[in-house]
Formats: sequence, C-alpha cells, structure tokens
Amino acid sequence: MIAFIIRRLLQSLIVMLAVALVSFSLFRFVGDPIASMVGQEATLAEREALRQQLGLNDPFVMQFLGFIGRAIQGDFGISYRLQQPVMELILSRLPATLELALISGFFAFVFGVAFGVYTALNRRGWLSNSIMTLSLIGVSLPTFLIGVLLIWVFAVELQWLPSFGRGETVWIGDWWRTGLLTHSGRVSLILPAITLGLYQMTLIMRLVRAEMLEVLRADYIKFARARGLSNRAVNFGHALKNTMVPVITITGLQLGSIIAFAIITETVFQWPGVGALFIRSVQFVDVPVMAAYLMLIALIFVVINLIVDLLYYVVDPRLRVDRASARH
Amino acid sequence: MSFMTKTGTLRTALMAGVATAAMAFTSVPTDAETLRWARVGDALTLDPHSQNEGPTHTLNHHIYETLVGRAVDGTLTPRLATDWYIHDEDDTVWVFEIREGVTFHEGQELTAHDVVFSLDRARTPPSGMAALHAAVEEVTAVDDYTVHVRLAGPAPLYVQNLTNTFVMSREWAEEHGTETAPNFAAGEEAYSVRNTNGTGPYMLVEREAEERTVLRVFEGHWDDAPQVTEIIYTPISEAATRVSALLSGEVDIVQDVPVQDIARLEQTDGVSVVRGPENRNIFFSYDMTSETLASTNVDDNPFAHPEIREAMALALDRDAIRQVVMRGESQPSAAPLPPFVNGWTEEMHAYDAPDIERASELVSGIYPNGFSVDLHCPNDRYLNDEAICQALVGMLGRIGMNVNLVSQTRSLHFPLIENWETDFYLLGWGVPTFDSQYVFDFLVHTREGAYGAFNGTRYSNAELDAMIQSLATETDLEARDATIAAIWDQVMEDRIFLNVHNQMLAYAMRDGINLDVHPENQPRMTSVTFD
Repeated sequence: MIAFIIRRLLQSLIVMLAVALVSFSLFRFVGDPIASMVGQEATLAEREALRQQLGLNDPFVMQFLGFIGRAIQGDFGISYRLQQPVMELILSRLPATLELALISGFFAFVFGVAFGVYTALNRRGWLSNSIMTLSLIGVSLPTFLIGVLLIWVFAVELQWLPSFGRGETVWIGDWWRTGLLTHSGRVSLILPAITLGLYQMTLIMRLVRAEMLEVLRADYIKFARARGLSNRAVNFGHALKNTMVPVITITGLQLGSIIAFAIITETVFQWPGVGALFIRSVQFVDVPVMAAYLMLIALIFVVINLIVDLLYYVVDPRLRVDRASARH
Repeated sequence: MSFMTKTGTLRTALMAGVATAAMAFTSVPTDAETLRWARVGDALTLDPHSQNEGPTHTLNHHIYETLVGRAVDGTLTPRLATDWYIHDEDDTVWVFEIREGVTFHEGQELTAHDVVFSLDRARTPPSGMAALHAAVEEVTAVDDYTVHVRLAGPAPLYVQNLTNTFVMSREWAEEHGTETAPNFAAGEEAYSVRNTNGTGPYMLVEREAEERTVLRVFEGHWDDAPQVTEIIYTPISEAATRVSALLSGEVDIVQDVPVQDIARLEQTDGVSVVRGPENRNIFFSYDMTSETLASTNVDDNPFAHPEIREAMALALDRDAIRQVVMRGESQPSAAPLPPFVNGWTEEMHAYDAPDIERASELVSGIYPNGFSVDLHCPNDRYLNDEAICQALVGMLGRIGMNVNLVSQTRSLHFPLIENWETDFYLLGWGVPTFDSQYVFDFLVHTREGAYGAFNGTRYSNAELDAMIQSLATETDLEARDATIAAIWDQVMEDRIFLNVHNQMLAYAMRDGINLDVHPENQPRMTSVTFD
C-alpha cells in the first residue's frame, strides 16, 4: 500500500513537471507582455530595459528552471497586470470558483441521477421524452449562449435574479470569502451554477439512464422480480446501487473539469473566480498568473485522480488481491 | 471563526459619512446619491504613477488630482494649480501656483513640496509616466505654494502633459515606503497599489480588484460638493452582460457600450445614450521605405510607389465602413487627427469619394497582374478592428491587390510594429497632449532615441525631423502652428497614413442621469447631475 502511494506520488510529480514545461513553452506564443505593461509613450530603450529586468531575454531553459525553483518555494512572483503577489491573487479568487463548482456539481449530480432513473424506468412517457429532448439542448448549446439566454430571461425580462457578480459576501476566517451566507450571494449563484452544471447534468443523466437500462436487463434483476420483491426494492435497492459505481467515478473526475472549465461561465457572469482571472491574464500576457493557474489546475486533477485511485484500492478487494499476488 | 458583513459596515460608515456631510455643508443633498458605474475593465492599480493607461487614470482621477484638468471640450482647467505660465525671464521654466487650503484624505495639508515630490516620482523609472516628463531637468518649490519646473529647453506645451500626472502626499509616501513607483521586477507589492491618500473628491472605501470598488465623497474637498455621494464601480468584461446589467437596473451607467447595441438601447424606455468623438484615430500604415517586402510576391516594395499609395486611398470606401462596420458610429476623415487637436484643419479632414476604376489603372500600370501582401491587424484592441481590416481586404481586392489578412491579439500585434516585422498594419492613435507634435514624435519622426517608437513605415525625412524637433522648443505659437501645418502638408502628400476614421464613444445610462462624453474616455462622476 505504501509503495503504491509513493509510486503514485512520484508519477503525479512527473505530471506536474510536464504540465509546467508544456504551459511554459506555450507562453512564448501568447505574445509580448511588455506591450501591455508600458504606455504608448515608452521608448524602445525603456521597453528593452524592462524586458531585461523581468528576465524575458533569458534562454528558455533558464526561465523555466528559475520558475520551477521559485515555485517549489511557493513563490510565483508578482502579477504583471495587477501588481499583487500571484499566490495571494489566486487564493483570494479560489473560494468563488470552488463554491460555484461544488454547488453546480452537486445539482448536476442530484438532478442528473433523478432524471436518469426516471427516464430509464418510464422509457415511453411524454415526460421522459421531453426530458431527453431538452437534455439534447444541454449538450449541444455552447455554455456562453446558455448563460446569455438565462441572463436575458431571468435578469432582464423577469428581473428575478441578478445578471452578474457574486452579491454580498461574508468572511469566514481570513482566507475564505463566501457568498453562501447572504441572500444576495445565494441568488447570484443560481444562474451561473445552472449554466456551468447543465452539461454535466445531462452527461450524468444519460450515463445513469444507459447503465440503468443495462442493469435492468441483467439476470439478477429478473431473479429479484421472480422472488416477488417490490418494484421499489428492485429499482433502487438492486438496479440503482449497481449503476452507481461508474457514475460516482465520472462525477468525481468531472468535478475537476468543472473547476477548470468554469472560465466561460465566470466570464459571462463576471464571477470573480480564478477562471476569469486566468482569461484576463491571457489577454494581458500576465505570465506569472498564467503559470500559477495552470499549475493549480494540474494539481487539482492530479489530486482527484490520486484520490480516485486510492479509493479503488480501498473499495475493490479484487484490485488488492491481484496486485498483491502479482507482487509475490 | 469571525463573521463580518462587509457591506454592513460599509452602510454604517456611509450613513455616518452622509450625516457629517449634511452637517458640514447644507448644499449637499440630504439623501445620498449612489451611482453604480460599469465598464469593460478595471483599473490595473491605484498607484498614481505606475501605469499610463486609460481605465487606471479614469478611476484615479476620482481619488487623486492633477495640477491641471481636461474638460470635455478638450481645454485645460485649473485643478490643484490655480494658474500656470512660462517664467517671464527664463522660457525654459514653467511656473505653477498651487491651490491653498487643500488637504489630503488623511488630513495632510497640500504644499508645493508634495507637488515637487509627485512630479519627481512620476518622472523617475519605473514610473509609467516618465516618458511624458522626459524633458524635465529639475522641479523645485520656490515657496509653499509655487513650483518651478525647469526643462531642457523651452517647452511651450509641457503643461499639456500634466493632465494625468497625479499629486500624492510626500509624508504619506515616505511613511509607507512607496517613494518610487512600484517596480514589476522587484517581486514585492507596493503599499500604494491598494491604498490611497489623494486630494480628490472621493475617498476609497472598499476595493476588490476586478470585482467592485466603492468610493465615498470626501467632505474636506476644496471644490463644490458633487451630486453623486457614493460610487460603486464594477468592471463587467462581457458586452452582453454589461448591457443586460443596465437593462435590468443593476447598474446606472455603462461606459463601454458595444456599437451593435447603441441603436437598440436608444429605443429602450428608461435608458438614454450619449455619444461623442473619442480622441483616437484608426488608420492603416505600411513599410514605404524598404527595398523589398517580406510578404509580397513581387520583387520590389509596392508601397514605395506613390501611385500604389494613391490607389489604396482611392479604393478605401470610408463611408461604407462607417455604415456597415461601425453602424454609423464613427467620424471618417483623411488625416489621422481628431478635430479638437491642435493642428487640425477642414482640408485635412476632407476625403475623396472612392474611384475604383482609376485605382485599378494605377495598380495595373505598375503591376499588370496585381500583387499580394500580408495585412496585420489586432482583433481585441479597437472598436471592430478586425472587421475594418476585412472590409479593406475586400476593397483592395477590387483593384488587383491580393491582401492576406493576419489578425491576432494585441500582445502579438503591437510587437510587430515595434520590431519592424510587418509590411502593412492597422494602428489606432490617441493624442493625450491634444497637439499634433505628439503624432509626429511617435509616428512620423525617424526612429531614434525617444522618437518614432510607433513609426512602422520606416519613413525618414531629415528635413521633416528637424521641423518636428523644433516644435518642442518653439515658443512663438503662431510660428509653431505654421510649422505644424507644413509638416502635415508633407505627411499628407507622402501618404504615410491611410486613415479610416476617428472612433466614437457612447455611454448608456438610466434616464434622469446626465453625463457628457469625455474625449479621452475619462468621465468624471463629479460632473454627473440628476434630473
């Protein structure tokens, strides 16, 4: 077990380094940060001096090693754009993104499973058909368009919900600023959470439905019915339980992509999270922020994968036996 | 675990503020008027000298003040300086008389020493304002309310460079170790990035960068109290969301209205739109000097032929671009100069109707099979920049020029001009000094030293360079204007620029709010009035 974890951790480290290398080499194609940092009156000599000072003229390898060296010490530098320490910037924006991602992930899971089960059990009902049709819209419409449509209907026409921002926020301790404890914070969360979670919800729903239909045809379900068990016990006690293993895996992994791909939703709703910070940093060629953000996202994916792997190891006894016997 | 509602304390503080305001000045409306103001981007920093950038200056103008201000008609107005003039005996010295009885938000008295300190801070790298003060040799305080600025030579228009140079308290800066502008490379955040102490009409109450900034009226301000007593400033980067926020009543003023929404907003009940010309021209320019071009399929440089440059001017249909691309929101003109800038004339503004037949003849006279060339264009810098380029590609296609459009983000586009890596490009240029010299210095003069940084044409005319340099020190304004006119004649004759139009600005706001368009796109909320 320990050897397994150590091996996994080493692999994660290599993944992080690879991400750093790839993203760092991409930055050279994003553009020249100097152009956005100085005013139009700056002379060519001043531009060159700043470039030299920031180490942008150093060879690629030197820049990369310097970045890794400082990153290990937790120093990601100062944002070119906002002149604040990068780590502090990202940490201050992270709660907004995490709250949005967790809430939308939770709703996607609950509604996805509920709709999935319903449409699997009532395959020909009109309601199932309409849910399936609507879910097609969820998969095929781009997030951007869904967001703008929701704003138009619920903020401009009906004026029920706010169109942008996070509402009032409250500090919990020194690091976490939450919108969940105020009324305006909670209503501000609704539209972005739906926008971000809609795709995941349809994905989970379709997965649950397909798995459920598969399981319902299995012999043990037929046997359970033959034993005279109630519909409820068969559907939920046996069928649903057996469909949940892949669903939970997918949901866990999707959480990573919800955090990483909140960028569009955050931009549309002016949600002050790390995704919006990243997209503006790209426009400005704010290399320190881009580098730190990509490392953070890589870390989130690596950690989630690690946890999933460990859970498999713990949950599934067959895995343990196989590996143990392979070792001997 | 401690819970604290930020807006809760804000509200209490605000009420206390309003109560004191009402006691101090009876002219202040007793009900607090809050203005919710949205625009596309946030100020980059609150440091007064770090960045020479529009949105940063716009916000800082509410907290800090400059010696002279810029009115909506482009003229200079007294601010912290009550008077300014060139010294009687020495024409290299500018004299500024500083307003008496001005205090900073934290209570310090403004004196000439603060002004000297601020001008020195602004002209010392890494300040972003340094280039505007490059000619300054020494700033001295003659007495507590008089400042002398000595320049390298006579500089009749130096005062025009001061409209965005803010004054801060020397005592405060020294106390917080922020005597120089923040240094990007130092790796430390400066105190002045998030904390302010200005003399301006509003004080900073709360700021979350890129989320919201709250300003409250400063009761100790020397000028008449503004009608707006609280400003809530929110950047909303997405155009559709920004307009929606106005329509749903969540903001009162939207500064950057997308061109395609102007007509619709004007027809919406409860919303009004004001427009005005911006101080920014959009034009094409080309390498007209090199022997050969990298991106063309012919052996010489087509842009070196005056006939080709003339043909392009004849092919450009500015009215079509105005109607189709800009939806009527632009001021087409032949010269890259906004009307309120010194040196502008009616003749420079007038442009010919397109003549495709004549243009085709000019091109085929030199290149019977036409020629091809790359056009570089930014796609996120100016209003509809990429669409303007696409329109030009079509127009030039009709006269035998096969233009290959390369449009990309601003951070990739501008280095091409800086490094002379583009043959043909789009550029927008504003004139913050409101004088033609600024255009000549950066775009026409041969590239050397502080001159010609954006001269992507490689144009170099020694005679013109000498005339341009003379502008900086010529104190006889009539003779100076004559030189400016002569330079423009040459520039227009040589067709260095293929100008398209001057951009228009539009602000949308709730009915009942009045605000004029500022030519530098720096509206002052102090000038807002309510019906």
